[in-house]
Amino acid sequence: MSDKSKVVFVNGANRTEVEVLVGTSAMHAATDNLVGGIIGECGGDLSCATCHVFVDPEWFDRLDAPGVDERDMLEATSEEPTEFSRLSCQIPCTAETDGIVLHIPESQ
Amino acid sequence: MVVVDRPEGALTEDAVDHVVIVGAGQAGGDLAASLREMSFAGRITMIGGEDSYPYSRHPLSKTFLREKKPRSELLLRPEETYERFDIDVQRGVRVVSIERENKRVLLDDGRIVDYDALVLATGGSPRTYPDDSLADASNVFYLRAAEHADGLRGHLTPGARLTVIGGGYIGLEVAAVARGLGLEVTVVEREERLLARVTSPVTSAFFAQVHDEEGVVLRTGRSVSSFRVGPDRRLTAVVLDDDTTIETDVCLIGIGLRPDTELAQAAGLEVSDGVLVDSTLRTSDPAIFAIGDVARFPSRDSGETRRLESIPNCTEQARALARTLTGGTEPFDAVPWFWSDQYDMKLQVVGLANPSDVVIVRRDPDRKRGFAVFYLRYDEVCAAEIVSSPRDFAIAKKLVHQRAIVDPGKLADPAVPLKDLLSKATSTPAVS
Repeated sequence: MSDKSKVVFVNGANRTEVEVLVGTSAMHAATDNLVGGIIGECGGDLSCATCHVFVDPEWFDRLDAPGVDERDMLEATSEEPTEFSRLSCQIPCTAETDGIVLHIPESQ
Repeated sequence: MVVVDRPEGALTEDAVDHVVIVGAGQAGGDLAASLREMSFAGRITMIGGEDSYPYSRHPLSKTFLREKKPRSELLLRPEETYERFDIDVQRGVRVVSIERENKRVLLDDGRIVDYDALVLATGGSPRTYPDDSLADASNVFYLRAAEHADGLRGHLTPGARLTVIGGGYIGLEVAAVARGLGLEVTVVEREERLLARVTSPVTSAFFAQVHDEEGVVLRTGRSVSSFRVGPDRRLTAVVLDDDTTIETDVCLIGIGLRPDTELAQAAGLEVSDGVLVDSTLRTSDPAIFAIGDVARFPSRDSGETRRLESIPNCTEQARALARTLTGGTEPFDAVPWFWSDQYDMKLQVVGLANPSDVVIVRRDPDRKRGFAVFYLRYDEVCAAEIVSSPRDFAIAKKLVHQRAIVDPGKLADPAVPLKDLLSKATSTPAVS
C-alpha cells in the first residue's frame, strides 16, 4: 500500500494536485505546497478558521463527521459556509481520501 | 483608453527582481511563501540568524514545552518546500548593515547581497532583567527560541519550584504547563494585576482566579529586589521588595519583547519602539519594508501607530506585503486577533481594547470557566475576549468586523444566543 495520498485543490480555474504522506492534514498538504487561499494562521490549532474548504460533494460523506469545535469554528469563516464546509486542518489525508477534491473559498 | 497612473511610490513589477528578507521567523517565512503563492517570479533570499528553517514559536510556551518533540514538528513548512519553490534560505547568518544608497546588505560572513526590495522581519528579543547577577545563571530562562524551550523543559521536573517573573501571556502559559507537570509555581508581577498591559481588570481577575484555583501562588504588585545566585551559578532564591524570599529551582523571565530595530536605526530609518512603516508597510525608505513583531504601523481607527506581537499579525502583514510587491495597492488593514492556551482553557481575543471602553462581561454559569468579555466604543463592539467557546469567538469576530451596535443587556445575558446580535443587514449576502 502506498504511504502517499493525493489531494486536489481547486481554486477558481486553477487545479493543483499534491501528494503528501498519509497522516498529513489537508491544511498542511496545502501550506507545504504553497497552494494559495489556505492560510492556517493558527497552524492547525482549531483557533482561526482560515483553512476553510468546500469538500467536493462526491467526497464529503467519505470523511468522518466534524467534531463540535470544528462545527463551531466553521461559523467564523470569511466566506459563508455551506453543507460541504470543513476546516482542512481537521481532515487527515489517508488511503481512503486518496484523490479527494477540495474547493478553496474565493475570499479567504 | 484610459491610462491609470500607478500610485506614487508603488513598485512596478519589473522593478522588483530580488526580494531580500532579513529574518527567517513567522513573518519572513510567510512572506516568502505568500510571494510564491501569488506567483512572484523574481528571486527570494531569506537571511536568518537561527540555524533553522522558519518555525512556529507559539508552541514553545505550550505543547512543545510540555513534551519533548523533534524540532522538525515546529517547522512552518518542510525544508524541501523552500528548495522546490526556489526560496534561498540563508541560515545561521546575520545581516550586519544596510547600504541603502547601493541597495545591498552586508552579512557577518563577509558576503554582500544586493536587493531591489528589502524586508525587515527581524522580530525581537526577550527583554532581559537588568541584573548582572543573573548573567550566565544556568537555571534562568527567557523564552523566544526553540533552544530556550528545550533548556527550560529539562528543569521542569515534578516537585521543582518554578518562579515566573512577569504575569503576561508567556509567563502564565508556562505556569500552566509547569503546574500540569507537577511543579510548585509562583508568579511575580510588578503591576497590580496579571496581563495588566493587554487586558481589562475584569479579565485579569478571571485569570488570577483560575491560576489560584490551579495552585499557582500569585505575587502581584511586587517586584524583585534581588536574586540569590550560588557559587555554582545557580539561582537559589528570588527576593521581593516586601522582603519575602521565594526559594527557586528554576526561573522563567517573561517581561516582554524588545523589537530588533538596530539594523534599521543604524541605516537611518525612522524607528520608535519598532520600525515605522506606512499603511503599505513601507519604511521611510521606499525600497525597504518591515513586517511582523518589529513593525510599527498606523492604526486605521485611532490614527495612532501600533506594534503587535502575534502570529496572525505576522501572517496577515506578510500576505499584505506580498500583494504590494506583486503589484497590489491595498493598504494593510486587518482586525488583530490572537489566542492563548492555559490549562483546559483556550482564550481567543479579537480587536484591541482601550482602557476607556465600556466593558460587558458575559458569564455562562452552566459552563466551567464560561467567561467572555466584550468592549464597546461609541456603542460599537470593538474587541472581545472569549474563553473556551470557539462558537462565541466565531460570532464575536463577526461582531467586531461589523462594528455592530448591540444591546449591552443582551450581550451580558448568556441566555441570549450571541448569534441573535449579529446585524442581519451585513450577515445576509446581497441579492444581485
